Amino acid sequence: MELTTFSSIGLAAALLANIGLAGAAMPSPEEMWEIIQQQQREIEALKQGQKENTEKAEAAVEVAEESKNASSGSASWAENTQIGGYGELHYNNLDSKKEIDFHRFVLFFGHQFTDRLRMFSELELEHSVSGDDQNGELELEQAYIEYDITQNQHVKGGVFLLPVGILNQTHEPPTFYGVERNPVETNIIPSTWWAGGIEFTGEVFSETVPGFSYAVSVHEGLDTNAGNNYAVRKGRQKTSEADANDLASTAQIKWTGIPGVELAATIQYQQDVTQGNDPTAGDAWLYETHADIQRGAFGLRALYAMWDLDGSGPKAIGADEQTGFYIEPSYRITPEWGVFARYNQWDNQAGSNGNDTEKKQYNAGVNYWPHPDVVLKADAQQQDNEGTSKNDNGFNLGIGYQF
Amino acid sequence: MSGTIRGADVPRIVYLSVIPMLRKLLLIIIITGFSVTSMARGTYQEPEDFLSETFAGEPPEPAVIWLTGERKDTVKQILGHRYTSLRVRYWQEAERSVWILDEIGKDQPITVGVVVNAGRMENIKVLVFRESRGWEIRHSFFTDQFKQASLEADHQLDKQIDGISGATMSVRAMKKLATLALYLDAEIRKQNVPPAP
Repeated sequence: MELTTFSSIGLAAALLANIGLAGAAMPSPEEMWEIIQQQQREIEALKQGQKENTEKAEAAVEVAEESKNASSGSASWAENTQIGGYGELHYNNLDSKKEIDFHRFVLFFGHQFTDRLRMFSELELEHSVSGDDQNGELELEQAYIEYDITQNQHVKGGVFLLPVGILNQTHEPPTFYGVERNPVETNIIPSTWWAGGIEFTGEVFSETVPGFSYAVSVHEGLDTNAGNNYAVRKGRQKTSEADANDLASTAQIKWTGIPGVELAATIQYQQDVTQGNDPTAGDAWLYETHADIQRGAFGLRALYAMWDLDGSGPKAIGADEQTGFYIEPSYRITPEWGVFARYNQWDNQAGSNGNDTEKKQYNAGVNYWPHPDVVLKADAQQQDNEGTSKNDNGFNLGIGYQF
Repeated sequence: MSGTIRGADVPRIVYLSVIPMLRKLLLIIIITGFSVTSMARGTYQEPEDFLSETFAGEPPEPAVIWLTGERKDTVKQILGHRYTSLRVRYWQEAERSVWILDEIGKDQPITVGVVVNAGRMENIKVLVFRESRGWEIRHSFFTDQFKQASLEADHQLDKQIDGISGATMSVRAMKKLATLALYLDAEIRKQNVPPAP
């Protein structure tokens, strides 16, 4: 358009100039033709100049961007290294305690060695301060090397989160409701539950029935004992000089073939849940299944888990069966606001010889996300426990983030 | 109890009754998985092949749209950060425009091919996926949700997109790229950006 305008003005100017020079005489058709041809050559020259300028500008931008990339990734390891993390501060106003606790401060470090080989790690500081006589712990919860056998099949070795339950592998605060993690995935599935070992993961039937995936792993087992009533949570060895007399095997199958829907089941076996230290204890099986659904504004989480411990020791106190479930409907009022309610029931001595140890807890609360990666939480909890276990009622407030 | 079994000092895991079960499961997985492909995680379709498929073997010459001025700010608002380049290449034919775009999910870039037709999403496809989780987003049961989506006045998609449990970041990246492609398509149609010489 600019060129057209320019050429029109040029043509008019040239005509006027010629008229002026010739006085009253009009240019001949030959002279007019020469003028037009001259203008056309100028137009072509201008077009060429503009094209060259555009190419120079493009080249300059490319050089600038390459230079920027080169300087920002001055070392190849930096280009291939990722950092992330999450954290959560809790205020608990319960019958059992009134406290403020920076419960978890977590940093992720990952590194891509090649397209097929990578490292991932998670370092967690719990309760702000670790050390002798301190409340907290510094824990290495993940540190593994993963290799892609094929496009859809992978193997990892090192310390990793076990494929069981909803929260154990995905527990960044903005991803779940409730200030504290639910008690079933704390006492029956001992989240966060990590172990050292080897694991195969991948998709199956992806070309025919997409959405199926699996995880199969062999890893360190639990090491619980009669002194803690064979409670599974007390048996985590955390890959710290872990007794490896009795390894455990875990297998999970998961289906995510509809957006917003996850259905999964996990089974785990361990030959001796006391690592051979208790002749009255035997093998242990864990069965777990869950549904995690978020369709539009409506959400529903439901999970059931059960331990079956062999041996006269666990049976004598009812710890041969440890079981629990919860159901959690939720509703996202807006992208920023969501509400939930949850019913939890669990018992770490649910066997026939056990006393009345069943615990029930009701939760209801709200999440507010000022940013998708930042959350403020509030919930109330009410317990209805059987036996001698005291109820622990009150409310919790929390703030969490991930990046 | 110790690791000594039937007089031989071997780890107990060797004779676990669960091992045959796991072995069978692994065999099934390896057979089914290996028969699918032998490529490494990453490229599901080369961008050139995506273009060729979209334009029936004859893609047009690429054009470029510059991310300057207000456009630059809007792109930053959509992505939550600046785009990695000052200009974006696209391919246009009649009412259709095709975009090859990158966005990081959790910690690795996801490369996506997007086809916009008359201001609506015709197709979105994951071409290269490098994340360790969230692979579900490449399947049509997820990407089909975007079809016929368009932009509302506040640069939000006009369709509800359900996520994938445990893959929040990858899903979010896909939503951003879909939104970006629809916005840039509107820009080139509004401004009639000429194709590159």
